[in-house]
Amino acid sequence: MKHLLSIDELTTDELQELLRITPSFAEVASRRIAKVPALRGLTVATLFYEDSTRTRLSFEVAAKRLSADTLNVSVASSSVNKGESLRDTAETIEAMGIDAVVVRHASSGAPWQLTKWLDASVINAGDGWHQHPTQALLDCFTLQQELGSLQGRHIAIVGDIKHSRVARSDVSAFTRLGATVTLVAPPTLLPPATETWPVTVSHDLDSVLADVDAVYLLRMQKERMRESLVPDLREYTALYGLTGARAARLGPNIPILHPGPMNRGVEIAADVPDLDQVVVVDQVRNGVAVRMAVLFMLLGSGNSGLPADSLPAAMAQASQAPVSADAESEEVSA
Amino acid sequence: MSEAYLIRGGTVADAVETRTGDLGIADGTIVAVDDLPSGAIEIDASGCIVSTGLVDLNAHLGEPGDEAAETMVSAGEAAVLGGFTTVLAMPDTHPCVDTAAVVEHVQLLGAHALCNIEVAGAITVGNKGENLAPLAELAEAGVRFITDCGSGIQDPLLLRRALEYAKPLGLTIAQPADCEALSRDAHMHEGEWSSRLGLAGAPAEAEEINVMRDISLVRLTGGRLHFQTLSTAGSFAIVSAAAQSGLPISSEVTTHHLRLCDADLAGYDTNLKVTPPLRAAGDARAAMSAVAAGRVDVIVTDHTPHTTDRKERPFDHAATGTVGLETALAAALCSGVPHEVVLRAMSWRPAELLGLGSPEQRSLQVGAPADVVVIDPNETWTVNVAAMATLGTNSAFEGTELTGRVRTTIVGGRLVVDQGKVAA
Amino acid sequence: MAERERKGAPPFGGTFVPKATVMDADQIRRAVKRMAHEILERNGGLDGVVIVGLQTGGIEPALHLVEALETIEGTRPPLGSVDVAFHRDDIGLRPVLPEAPTDIPTELTGATVILVDDVLFTGRTVRAALDALNDFGRPRSVQLAVMVDRGHRELPIRADYVGKNLPSARSEVVNVTMSGVEIGEMQK
Repeated sequence: MKHLLSIDELTTDELQELLRITPSFAEVASRRIAKVPALRGLTVATLFYEDSTRTRLSFEVAAKRLSADTLNVSVASSSVNKGESLRDTAETIEAMGIDAVVVRHASSGAPWQLTKWLDASVINAGDGWHQHPTQALLDCFTLQQELGSLQGRHIAIVGDIKHSRVARSDVSAFTRLGATVTLVAPPTLLPPATETWPVTVSHDLDSVLADVDAVYLLRMQKERMRESLVPDLREYTALYGLTGARAARLGPNIPILHPGPMNRGVEIAADVPDLDQVVVVDQVRNGVAVRMAVLFMLLGSGNSGLPADSLPAAMAQASQAPVSADAESEEVSA
Repeated sequence: MSEAYLIRGGTVADAVETRTGDLGIADGTIVAVDDLPSGAIEIDASGCIVSTGLVDLNAHLGEPGDEAAETMVSAGEAAVLGGFTTVLAMPDTHPCVDTAAVVEHVQLLGAHALCNIEVAGAITVGNKGENLAPLAELAEAGVRFITDCGSGIQDPLLLRRALEYAKPLGLTIAQPADCEALSRDAHMHEGEWSSRLGLAGAPAEAEEINVMRDISLVRLTGGRLHFQTLSTAGSFAIVSAAAQSGLPISSEVTTHHLRLCDADLAGYDTNLKVTPPLRAAGDARAAMSAVAAGRVDVIVTDHTPHTTDRKERPFDHAATGTVGLETALAAALCSGVPHEVVLRAMSWRPAELLGLGSPEQRSLQVGAPADVVVIDPNETWTVNVAAMATLGTNSAFEGTELTGRVRTTIVGGRLVVDQGKVAA
Repeated sequence: MAERERKGAPPFGGTFVPKATVMDADQIRRAVKRMAHEILERNGGLDGVVIVGLQTGGIEPALHLVEALETIEGTRPPLGSVDVAFHRDDIGLRPVLPEAPTDIPTELTGATVILVDDVLFTGRTVRAALDALNDFGRPRSVQLAVMVDRGHRELPIRADYVGKNLPSARSEVVNVTMSGVEIGEMQK
């Protein structure tokens, strides 16, 4: 695995493997000295063309917990506009000898384009409406903590699906882990051709909530009003918001997730976030562990496609022999 | 200075007949082999198709105004290498072709090209879609097609006026069908793939609504209209039904819309970002059968060269368009339709629409003008835009293996492509 | 972990083909019991002793050692585990992922840590484990118990308690379970 661009590009094995190793990283993050030397000497750059303090911070903390050096490549908002050549930025980064680039971009597909011009690993931290794979991983990990397993579980994703990279990533991840997903949104906030998605679609939140194991609320952006996608926020909240009454009917055992930041009073009533079943803080905490796992998988596990001839002589020799000379655990079979 | 040529042993295919034999060319016209002067240069065409030169009704040639992306010289070389002996230059240049003075300027520039350059005019001043350009003046200067390019005229009243005013001038209104209100901010076709890729899409209906509107206005005015770059199954069906009812309409499709579809955008290759967008696989199949059945008149290149920097951007900020002059014939030939169908759509029919003569008049008979192309239908090659004559760096077919290549092109009796290379 | 690595990662993959059994279940049980006595003798009992197994091969021997100690002394020492995946010196060179979270049940500062692994070979894993333990405090001492010492050390590391010294060729593979120790080779 060289890059993490989308959930779809992960095999189900890789997806499960990432979730399997995440607790090891959560344990490191919970230590008093929460730092291990795993990625010493490697440099991770965050390249954010769109503001997202929490995602950038999460990746930075994850990299630092693994002893990688971190760099913020600040992209002036003026150059994000039409004149920006992605290739110029990529080549600048390449010249700095960076090992992994965490990229957030308002344009769908930008991380794919970067991989064409970069030798470094590229991690998609959100591209346009398209994908946000580490968000999906942390959501899966959080749901596994809450529900044990996603197999056979029913998850409702509620809100602006059309413009949501979180929804696109989560649908793919949840369903591949065996969950069934219902999208709940007004037709104007659904993407086209949802019949080709592995989901069911509903416009009736109350009937869906009667039969779910978890609820995932998406952020409702106020810009959508101007585009006539919904008439007004009050009506949106009445039909699709998690009101206090709906939360009460849901009962205390159904976890409620949200990618943050929440619009209290819009997709979620002002006091609902304070309920115990709202696991937003767990999501943030798990985000660091999942991103550590991703960084380690890409940079530290030797799976990044390092050519054999770049190994030190002893390693290369060892690779000839059935057993690596410096790998004790190798000959121990479970 | 035209020489005499003897094209030997090819399959001569024109609108009148297909025959195996030799073709003589002297003094810019087709001559009987017996009348060739001694010392005529022999061109071996065995295994090849010999046809009248191709005519492209839709190409953006860069000059004037965008010489970094293309010039008349580079476009002319690209055209003749692709088998085109006449290219209709689109008017969306800088300045825009909206006065006789600019027409004449482009005609002068076009004289530097190896192929014949016909000039299309703008319908409205500055291609702005507001006020009609001086259409009579343009017609007088030699313009036969007028178009605003882009999304075409949005205001139906303005289009009505244009159709009415242009009718007695013998001008054809050419325009893409695109309802901007429905396609605004779109970067690809709306459907399963736009949904998956998270890109805003334009539905097929954005095109079809304007196709229907334009047909209604043709019915109202009796003006002649040519639909540029149709792309949806619905459009082909609507247009062919209307054409059968006798309305003065014609239509075109690009080779990239025949060969590629929205699923090809999965890697966000900006060279595949075109206008109209690559449609669903079913639309491409419909385009192919429309071509095969003659329900689409013309295959065009919609050649749109760009410099690298305009494509090396995020998909939604990248420029649209692909070069096509050097790939169109091969892309059409290896689509599985008979070569007569391809030649009809790329030579006989566009020439007729452009007023260059009926297919019979342009057939390879003694006395006809010597615009001739020799095509090897079996040569397989891989598209490499860096090695092509166009200055544009954006080919939707980059890296694709195509079969069929131009060996020889003769424009007005002058050998401009020999052995697949521009003749010195 | 070994099984996973072998499946996923040529050129290190292959199938273990045993040539000889060098210890059977009884011999292992007796060796564990002897090592337990040695630990008690050297440390004067179990006061401040913490047993830490190395993921993954050391987990089972550590558990057996704890049980033997409990049988002898009547008290059970704390048992933890450490995964050295983040401290290896070959990170990025070989496809190794963490196996299970490190679990240190008690403060290590001042404790006597008995690290337990199945095989002592180059010494690199033990070096990594010593590093990993640092994050959990400053033990009074760290001692090493292994079921098999097969030689070929690449670092200045030795075991304090050894189940069996087993001379081996470098290319050979030693497979330890609680039901037997086998020596053999990996075949593709």
